[in-house]
Amino acid sequence: MEKPLTQHITPDRKPLSLKEYEQVGGYRAVHKILKELTPEGVTNLVKDSNLRGRGGAGFNTGLKWSFVPMGPEVPRPKYLVANADEMEPGTFKDRILLEGNPHQLIEGMIVASYAIQADISYVFLRWAYKKAAQEITKAINEAYAAGYLGQNILGSGYSLEMHLHTGVGRYMCGEETALLNALEGKRATPRAKPPFPQVSGLFGKPTIVNNVETLCCLPHIVNNGAAWFKGLSRTGDAGTKIYGVSGKVNKPGAWELPMGVTVRELIEEYAGGMKNGYRFKGALPGGASTDFLVEEHLDTPMDYPSIAAVGSRMGTGTMIILDDHTCPVGFVHNLQHFFAQESCGFCTPCREGLPWVEKILLSLDRGEGKPEDIQLLNFHTKALGPGNTFCALAPGAMEPLQSALKYFGEDFERHINEKQCPWK
Amino acid sequence: MLTAEEVSQIEHEISLVPVRKAAGIEALKIVQQHRGWVSDESLKDTAAFLGVSAEELDSVATFYNLIFRQPVGRHVILLCDSISCWVMGYEKIREHLMQKLGIKYGQTTPDGRFTLLPNVCLGTCDCAPALMVGPDLYQNVTPEELDEILSRYN
Ligand SMILES: Cc1cc2nc3c(=O)[nH]c(=O)nc-3n(C[C@H](O)[C@H](O)[C@H](O)COP(=O)(O)O)c2cc1C
Ligand code: SF4
Ligand code: FES
Repeated sequence: MEKPLTQHITPDRKPLSLKEYEQVGGYRAVHKILKELTPEGVTNLVKDSNLRGRGGAGFNTGLKWSFVPMGPEVPRPKYLVANADEMEPGTFKDRILLEGNPHQLIEGMIVASYAIQADISYVFLRWAYKKAAQEITKAINEAYAAGYLGQNILGSGYSLEMHLHTGVGRYMCGEETALLNALEGKRATPRAKPPFPQVSGLFGKPTIVNNVETLCCLPHIVNNGAAWFKGLSRTGDAGTKIYGVSGKVNKPGAWELPMGVTVRELIEEYAGGMKNGYRFKGALPGGASTDFLVEEHLDTPMDYPSIAAVGSRMGTGTMIILDDHTCPVGFVHNLQHFFAQESCGFCTPCREGLPWVEKILLSLDRGEGKPEDIQLLNFHTKALGPGNTFCALAPGAMEPLQSALKYFGEDFERHINEKQCPWK
Repeated sequence: MLTAEEVSQIEHEISLVPVRKAAGIEALKIVQQHRGWVSDESLKDTAAFLGVSAEELDSVATFYNLIFRQPVGRHVILLCDSISCWVMGYEKIREHLMQKLGIKYGQTTPDGRFTLLPNVCLGTCDCAPALMVGPDLYQNVTPEELDEILSRYN
């Protein structure tokens, strides 16, 4: 089984230096694109590879790039940003790539930057990733010294700057237009679209924001081709995916696997099954803002369309398990506390609705719930749903709530009827 | 007054962006790094240096979780209170910390050693529960080992 993204990552070992990375074939993709491919050629290759964005939405990466204005007359500088904000609760995949092989990310960023002819690139890294910050700083310096960054890279005439920017802690910084505001020194509130960042992004200039895992796929696609990348997968979605499992399983962790392994394989084979005495009750397949899957969905392949077909989203592909000893109301309360706190406050339904939802769930959890609370919660799942708020935070927050009400409705009712949490 | 060192670091950040005020977050980070937190006076000085109103810069400073507008202890403990750590029983860690340090969230020990804050998912959910003390990450934390962890900081 091929594991292109993690093949050179060994836990508890320092990441490869630039020299070591070159010895295992690193930066070959940079040589290749600069010698053999036009920017459009790279974009078409990535489009053909069917790489879909690993930041959560799953948009075709090459297609996203193709909206960037090209040619001599366009506004400059153009920007590329690596989204390394990773703050979606339950998600710990980009950390592995950032700490484990920073040169792979830098090489991927050079490939993406060349394709859109970016002049300046940023790694937008969350504050908490201290080790990653050290490794990336070191790797960027090495890449400059070796001539992979800076003026006239490898004599090609193409130039690219790269900087590390560390955030100061806010989930909204991960939303791509809010991230651009944060990079401009402003509050991380989202921007209206259109104009899309591809046309008017950072400081009003054409900008692409891509997730870390997305960018790390690029050198391998350049080296091995689109057909190879598609062949890595078991299903229609291409490539490998870094999947993860956390919760009451025997071996929580993350693994690079062919796209499309099933939920059951992840839990039973890779995560070693449920801990002794605990039973599987449900799972959020891809972070806090995805709908619950339950037992009947265990054989669903983890890819974008298959998970969508059973009413959820692949999201980040890192799964959080709900077990039978854990109260689903308390679980959802914890999530809504997070979303209410991290709401940027820009639009009313989200700013007012999320704290209300949190309050209702807390009162249920304390055995103080009223029968009409269920209806109120259901109302919010619609009122804060897609189309009613300015960005995707609030609709994302409603996904675990609406599916919990659907699958665990009886447990919500019991809190009201028994006037206490049956799990306490 | 900003120190000469702060000024030169902020100037460097300003040189990397097209407009002065775009360096606002970096400037706040620099001030906090030197002083531990951002007081009203530091905020005003920084705003004046960037050419923005103190109110505007404060709206940025207070938006972010990790810019401290109140004094903090020498070591800030960030305890993950997000979902995987909740499932894995972070509440026991919270109780133990609060009891041991005699403080609640947002408070600082009287000796100025520790400030305790809740934090969103630290991105290490397979090793829950997790916390950070200053820049150091601790994983799979048990109440039993907390005393030893805290003793490393003075
Ligand atoms: C509230 C919110 C938080 C987000 N956080 C992240 C994040 O931490 N990392 C990330 O890559 N994408 C995040 N996204 C998705 C980004 O907006 C964007 O779609 C993504 O970075 C695009 O990269 P991709 O096309 O490579 O997936 C977030 C979206 C929302 C609505
Ligand atoms: S949905 Fe929430 S996070 Fe998004 S813009 Fe509105 S208030 Fe801000
Ligand atoms: S939920 Fe605590 S580290 Fe992710």
